Amino acid sequence: MSTDISRQDGHDGQNALERSDAAEDARYPVVDPGHEEHLPRLTDVDEKAFDRATRQVATMFALVPVLAIGFVVVYFAVPRTAYVDFGPLHANAKNLGLGLTLGMALLLIGLGAVQWGRQLMDDHEAVDYRHGASSSEEDREYVLKELDAGIAESKITRRKVLGRSLIGALGVLGLPLIAVFADLGPAPTKKVRAATIETTIWKEGIRLVHDITYEPIKATELQIGQLVNAEPENMKDLEGTELLTEKAKAAIIIVRMDPNTIKIPASRQDWQVGGILCYSKICTHVGCPISLWEQQTHHLLCPCHQSTFDLGDSGLVVFGPAARALPQLPITTDAEGYLVARSGFNVPTGPSFFERDSSHDFKRGDN
Amino acid sequence: MARPAETVAGTTAVEVHTPKKELGPVFKRAAGPAKWADERTGLASLSRPFIRKVFPDHWSFLLGEVALYSFVILLLTGVFLTIWYKPSMGEIEYNGSYQLLKGLHMSEAYASSLALSFDIRGGLLMRQMHHWAAMLFIAAMLTHSLRIFFTGAFRKPRELNWLLGVGLLSLGLIEGFAGYSLPDDLLSGTGLRFVDGLIRSIPLIGTWAEFFVFGGQYPGELIIPRLYMVHILLVPAILLGLIAAHLALVVYHKHTQFPGPGRNEGNVVGYPIFPVYMAKAGGFFFIVFGVVTLMGALMQINPLWMFGPYTPTEVTAGSQPDWYMGFVEGAIRIMPNWESHIGGTTWSWNVAIPGLGLMGLMFGLMAIYPFVEAWVTGDKKEHHILERPRNNPTRTAFGVAAMTCYAMFWIGGGNDLVATQFHVSLNAVTYFLRVAVFVAPVLAFIVTKRICVGLQRSDAERLLHGAESGIIERDPSGQYSEMHRPISQGEAYTLTQHEEHPALLPAEEMGDMSSRELRLEQLRRKASRFYFIDTLRKPTRAELEEAAHHGDGNGHELETGHDGIGHGNGHHGDGDGGNGHDDGHHFITSGGTTTEGSKH
Amino acid sequence: MLALFVMGAFYTFVAPASKVSADTGNSQQVAEGKALFAVGCSSCHGLNGEGQATGTVQGPPLAGVGAASVEFQVGSGRMPMARPAAQAPVKPNRYSEEEVAALAAYVASLGPGPAIPTPAEYNPANISEEDIARGGELFRTNCSACHNFEGAGGALPGGKYAPTLIGVSNQHLYEAMITGPQQMPVFSDGVMRPEDKRAIIAYLNNLHDQPNQGGLALGGLGPVSEGLWAWILGLGSLVGFAIWIAAKGAKAK
Repeated sequence: MSTDISRQDGHDGQNALERSDAAEDARYPVVDPGHEEHLPRLTDVDEKAFDRATRQVATMFALVPVLAIGFVVVYFAVPRTAYVDFGPLHANAKNLGLGLTLGMALLLIGLGAVQWGRQLMDDHEAVDYRHGASSSEEDREYVLKELDAGIAESKITRRKVLGRSLIGALGVLGLPLIAVFADLGPAPTKKVRAATIETTIWKEGIRLVHDITYEPIKATELQIGQLVNAEPENMKDLEGTELLTEKAKAAIIIVRMDPNTIKIPASRQDWQVGGILCYSKICTHVGCPISLWEQQTHHLLCPCHQSTFDLGDSGLVVFGPAARALPQLPITTDAEGYLVARSGFNVPTGPSFFERDSSHDFKRGDN
Repeated sequence: MARPAETVAGTTAVEVHTPKKELGPVFKRAAGPAKWADERTGLASLSRPFIRKVFPDHWSFLLGEVALYSFVILLLTGVFLTIWYKPSMGEIEYNGSYQLLKGLHMSEAYASSLALSFDIRGGLLMRQMHHWAAMLFIAAMLTHSLRIFFTGAFRKPRELNWLLGVGLLSLGLIEGFAGYSLPDDLLSGTGLRFVDGLIRSIPLIGTWAEFFVFGGQYPGELIIPRLYMVHILLVPAILLGLIAAHLALVVYHKHTQFPGPGRNEGNVVGYPIFPVYMAKAGGFFFIVFGVVTLMGALMQINPLWMFGPYTPTEVTAGSQPDWYMGFVEGAIRIMPNWESHIGGTTWSWNVAIPGLGLMGLMFGLMAIYPFVEAWVTGDKKEHHILERPRNNPTRTAFGVAAMTCYAMFWIGGGNDLVATQFHVSLNAVTYFLRVAVFVAPVLAFIVTKRICVGLQRSDAERLLHGAESGIIERDPSGQYSEMHRPISQGEAYTLTQHEEHPALLPAEEMGDMSSRELRLEQLRRKASRFYFIDTLRKPTRAELEEAAHHGDGNGHELETGHDGIGHGNGHHGDGDGGNGHDDGHHFITSGGTTTEGSKH
Repeated sequence: MLALFVMGAFYTFVAPASKVSADTGNSQQVAEGKALFAVGCSSCHGLNGEGQATGTVQGPPLAGVGAASVEFQVGSGRMPMARPAAQAPVKPNRYSEEEVAALAAYVASLGPGPAIPTPAEYNPANISEEDIARGGELFRTNCSACHNFEGAGGALPGGKYAPTLIGVSNQHLYEAMITGPQQMPVFSDGVMRPEDKRAIIAYLNNLHDQPNQGGLALGGLGPVSEGLWAWILGLGSLVGFAIWIAAKGAKAK
């Protein structure tokens, strides 16, 4: 149509409107009246206004060195623990001082420059003419012709094997490029998985201890409605990232509920001690630690994505995006009355992964 | 009609700006060094096309600049932070100056982040500036892309630049997320835990991907150093390259402009880069920098000393990602708990679909949209005049629908805070959003389209009957009516210059088409009807002339300075003024004399 | 510090006396409490605190909840509730100190339960920096999941919520831990030692006394409020500047 300037050559690119009258009428029912008249600003006609604007700009720039020196003074002179109290602001004086001086200095440079551009610099608008984005026909032909000639000169068309072998060579060079990344991590083979993400450090007889304090827990100390964030006792021996890695799988919560108000399936009768039940603390959705427990409803809520598990019903999901019940840890008491694990978890804890065999998880209706 | 003839006579409208006078005081002194530099680099030829390049004036054209400047601020503050930050997960005992964590075991990464906040002077300011600038960087990119979308600036020849922009936005999210994870506080660790769950959920390769990303089981000891490399080297380098290409294309295409008198597809009207935009854009850089610094001074962000060191057994209520990941977080939260267990395998749709699928969908849709629209319209022309959003109601409605959908997911990301701040049930918010993410965009689409068509109608009203003058007149029969004032020709031109696309009827006989091609063509025509069937056609020239001369039934047009629309006498276009000057720059020295007639 | 120590010593001295009175009360106090109970509480909890599980107005049985529960629930204004709701909100307490004590004495007489703690139990004294930091760790392990990292509170299912801990007295913090009000789990002394509870309280006191290092706290709600401010104030002000930069400005005529 009339606006297709890409088809026009460079010399006439700006005149986009040489079309038949009828087409022109339909496309532009109103004729372009041309540029609006340039109106002078106050600073263009009034020398005083010009002076005033100049003073504004110069003042803004002149304040910058003052602020910059202020920044240095604040940096060296204000103690790190000084605080400012001003209305709702109760903040570190150094951070505030440094930020305010530097921020105002930068802002003033900006405001000054913009004011200069708006009020003092010539404000006649200018016009630039466009050319189509494509190259000129001549350039295109030239480049195609020369490329073609070059290809012929390279003899690649006469001896096709040259090109093919080069492409093959470059292509196969991708293999080493991929191979060098194989050591990014260990391959999660069946054996590796069984030793890592599918197991925890829980074993038969391991005591349940408080997180942080590592105090063992006596069954008799737990009241109904009680929640304990706990770990296996052998967590004590670990440190650093190994500790974090094991914690990320083995953390548990212990809750005590009135055994008469909860459902304990027959297969799990001996997993608990008088209404004391123990579950994995790691959400089966994406692995946040959950300890948001409502003692009256027995519901456990994940603060990350609000999956809700019913600890009074084998940890089944009652709401939210998690799909699997929270794994339960079978527990009993040892000779001294402390809570210990009867065994490790019977299913992997934590979020799902592709090779996870989820058929052993507790499902609604299981017993 | 009249126009080409006028443009030939455009010599009075446009004066070719060719400085012939003596050089000013600056170059009297700088001539020597300038010559020295030019003889070695050819600087003059290099800068010749750019020095007076014209940039049109509109506030929304500065949104992209906010993103660019935020990126520069991120580089500057980021370099400062790297000087003290230690990307290590090695465990140490904290003995810094923040009392409430004294003696705790934590990673070196977290300890060094605390040191940056409390022991390095100015470190807290830099950290807060870096974080605020990151939030602004992505916010500005997103609003910039919305401006591009709603004005149709992604059309030919700018599709590639749109794609570069989509790439920049998606990389920005990755970059931001990697940075969020580096301090190794409780929030960033919780974020990483989520990423672990997300990676694991990928069907078939999830476990492999997890082991390769984390170097084994979560969290391992490699993820922070790896993310550090990604955050300060890999992604910034790609971002820098894409930004360079993005800007190069902007320069090459020249900036788009809004319609207006004297503006057409063949020109660009505005202020020259040097000196006006040097001052304005350069000044704006300092303004952005200043605002970010003031935010860093006055508004606390990410108080990581309160979160404590990360351990996988601790968590806090209100664990949320930064705002730009909020829509993914929301999708994860409101997703129903679908998971398939087939044989010995687990397919967790509940994580993979909202986590990876949604981001893929969003960026995928963004990337293909320009091509879909070009296919529907069959438009192969270049476009440099921006479309007013009302003149493409369907596109605008799509955009608003997408924004609505995004907003619903976003609210989902803060559903716990919505529940506590507005005293509603968390579960109710979630159930509501599960429906709302599908229904709200449809409603938004319908409402937006109606509003657009309504606005088109009011444009037509102004064109045909003029503007409401506020003067009420009583006619002899006692009837009251408001007088209308004809609008200026400039405004009339602005309201009618847009291009219209026909809603295509189904193809009947297409001789040389295969049945597949025909089906595709029918689909295209159907889509074009969906797009354009209910948009308002702009008045034709005949209709406008008719209206101008006779008015309508209640015609009360003020006859002051009546200048019939379409009477082209004495209009000055700029069109031919610079014929033959390839990169000539033309200062407009006088407005069209025509406007005299219609001035009131 | 000296003052704290003196106060601590003073409280240890008076502690046994107050404990005894809270535990058993005297018969007159119990009688007063019973009268108050009949007026203010019995419509939900039954005339003898036996609870009411049916009907529109329900309340749990109170035998064994202990005096500490009463002090917490009534002293914070949660009880009596104005209307049935998912959770009892905090509101101004209508009872005098003596009346609360009488109610507590009466409810304590219904069955054995946690006594009202003494200031020496709930006020941290002579606590080391390391213990405060450990209190922070305990807080993040046991409390922040519901109450947020700053103690600003958080959401629970079905319109319930974990209330804010900012501005809550040490006594109420302590009582909440030993009694487990409403949905909150119990953290009895056997499970969380009294010194651990005091460490948590000390951490919270210190945390809430801390000035905001980096400026205005923006609600203390984490990334959601930060994002909101980045959009409103950050991008908003920059758009304002952009409009100014691109505006044509006043003309001479």
